[in-house]
Amino acid sequence: MIEIESLSKRYGELTVVDAVDLIIPKGSITAIVGTSGSGKSTLLRMINRLIEPSSGQVRIDGRLTTSEPAPALRRRIGYVIQGNGLFPHRTVAENIATVPQLLGWEPARIAARTEQLLTLFGLDPAIHARRLPAELSGGQQQRVGVARALAAGPSVLLMDEPFGALDPIIRAKAQEDLRTIQRQLGTTVVIVTHDMEEAFLLADRIAVLDNGKLLQHDVPARLLTHPAHPQVMALTGTTDRALRLLSLESTAAIVTAGEVSGPDLPASMSLREALSALIWAGATAGNVLDAHGQRSGHVTMQAILTRGSAAR
Amino acid sequence: MRPRLDLPAWLFGSIAVGALFGLPFVISKANRIVPGVPVGLVDALGPGSVLRWWVLAVIGVTAVLTQRRWLRLVATGLLCVWFALALGHAAQLLTPPGNAVVRIAPGAGFWCAMASVALLGVDAAARLQLRALARLALLGLVMLVLWAALASGYFDHVSVVREYAVNADRFAHEFSRHLSLALGSVLAAVAVGLPMGLACQGRPWLRQAVLSTLSLVQTIPSIALYGMLMAPLAALAVTVPTLAQWGIGGIGYAPAVVALFLYALLPVVANTVLGLASVDPAVVDAARGMGLTDGKILTRIRWPLALPTIVTGVRVVLVQNMGLAAIAALIGGGGLGTFIFQGIGQTAIDLVLLGALPTVALALAAGVVLDALVEWLDRRRPA
Repeated sequence: MIEIESLSKRYGELTVVDAVDLIIPKGSITAIVGTSGSGKSTLLRMINRLIEPSSGQVRIDGRLTTSEPAPALRRRIGYVIQGNGLFPHRTVAENIATVPQLLGWEPARIAARTEQLLTLFGLDPAIHARRLPAELSGGQQQRVGVARALAAGPSVLLMDEPFGALDPIIRAKAQEDLRTIQRQLGTTVVIVTHDMEEAFLLADRIAVLDNGKLLQHDVPARLLTHPAHPQVMALTGTTDRALRLLSLESTAAIVTAGEVSGPDLPASMSLREALSALIWAGATAGNVLDAHGQRSGHVTMQAILTRGSAAR
Repeated sequence: MRPRLDLPAWLFGSIAVGALFGLPFVISKANRIVPGVPVGLVDALGPGSVLRWWVLAVIGVTAVLTQRRWLRLVATGLLCVWFALALGHAAQLLTPPGNAVVRIAPGAGFWCAMASVALLGVDAAARLQLRALARLALLGLVMLVLWAALASGYFDHVSVVREYAVNADRFAHEFSRHLSLALGSVLAAVAVGLPMGLACQGRPWLRQAVLSTLSLVQTIPSIALYGMLMAPLAALAVTVPTLAQWGIGGIGYAPAVVALFLYALLPVVANTVLGLASVDPAVVDAARGMGLTDGKILTRIRWPLALPTIVTGVRVVLVQNMGLAAIAALIGGGGLGTFIFQGIGQTAIDLVLLGALPTVALALAAGVVLDALVEWLDRRRPA
């Protein structure tokens, strides 16, 4: 858990982050969103003290971040930035071993951990461990960047626009991988992004920042149905908010008993994707497939449309 | 594959043939100062087996026509050996027995042929894209062959070698003095320049001031710089007699080293600043974010990433100072320049060559060694 209390950063007259209070639950993904200059990166970098706050405090798992030297604090916190920041003169394995080495782990333990992480991120240790970052593709570099951040098993992972430099297909894969690995490890993730699509896809909770002030901190659906400020509405957009709302729920949420004639829709599919599938097939209803591929019931287009309405 | 016309090979080949047979191969002089009589290649070699001409023709044609770069490298190497052997043979033939006054000097034909063939060989070596180690080995081989040739006594009658024999004791002394001038000043420049470059990191005002000052120093002609150092160093020696005992004064070794040091400082500092500045800020941010201390960021990240650029700067100053050190002789600093300036004074070209040839060889060798070092340091940064 990360507790942020009336945290501010001022540069002379300019207030970049203005008395932000924020509680980030353990094991969740929280997205900090906002326009450029909203102070979202500054807020993130004050958590691991890359930027020292002007006032206020941060606790991680109940412990004040100022209770130890900044480098020691940072070794307990994972950190991933846009363009991954891999050390170009170090191999993939050496990059991943950075923090464990700083913490004085045994070489055998470091080697085992490196191999485990490479496998977890779908890289073959025998092939990739001794490569240099420049010899990897952009997507592979990004995965190594995340693996490096998770090497010492931090309870908190800070990510600053981590997928900004990736092309759309690789980005979608990286986002999916992050979700999977985060659930597996139970890491508390704070991700800064200006991409609302990404925030809605990944986050359990979204914090909206504008001019250094926290406008709203809530689950994604509430940002759409109950925006706390016109700026929140501007940021989430109004033209496709119904579809965005539908994207937050899966077909499993509104499945009803009985079989119909229509396309098969996996239970993990979002309502937005289900609606699209029904429109494409020219059907008004579809069968829901559970995780084992068995038909567990159906959803109707009408039920989906109702779900996407503010009047529900 | 249709053999294509290799223009540089034909050009250099024609120059070599023209020089060998159209220009005097050696100059025969009654003594070391008087103008000599030009002797062509055929006359210089005298009567003998026709085989040597066949050897020359076969190697020469191979060097020009071959498409294989390594074969051309070998052929040009053999051509150089042939020219050298011809020179040695001519010197023996044209020197009357027991006469130590007659000088047989290499003529324009020898120099032009040697230079054009060497260029062709260097071109072939460059296109081979030899690894650092292979280039060092090649340099070692050339030096070994050169040393063996001179030690064999076969070339003892060639004018420059004669001049060496007369000055053998002084040569060893001036040669090591030359190395000490060039290497000492570069080492001092590295010792001072690296911390200066580090200090400039992140301080634009300091960097501006340091680099402008050093650029200004770089524009002062070497003779003028020696002159400017003369007064303060002489004054220093007078006020602090201990320093004078150590050999510090207005003329001699000390001001020469100081001047060379000042010239070397700009490339070292500039490349240190450039190397450190060219490290990707995202890499430094990531390092700091993972908990590397400032000291570790410098030693583990900035420094290794900047090193190839810094060594490139050292390469520049080492080659530059190997040549510049020759000027030190003007203010009594010693070095190979001593022979050059004495030779000019006596109009004894052989003596000038005795100073100039090793100076050029040292500069070339320093370049090859440092190039190899840069490549080795850069091996972990694929392009």
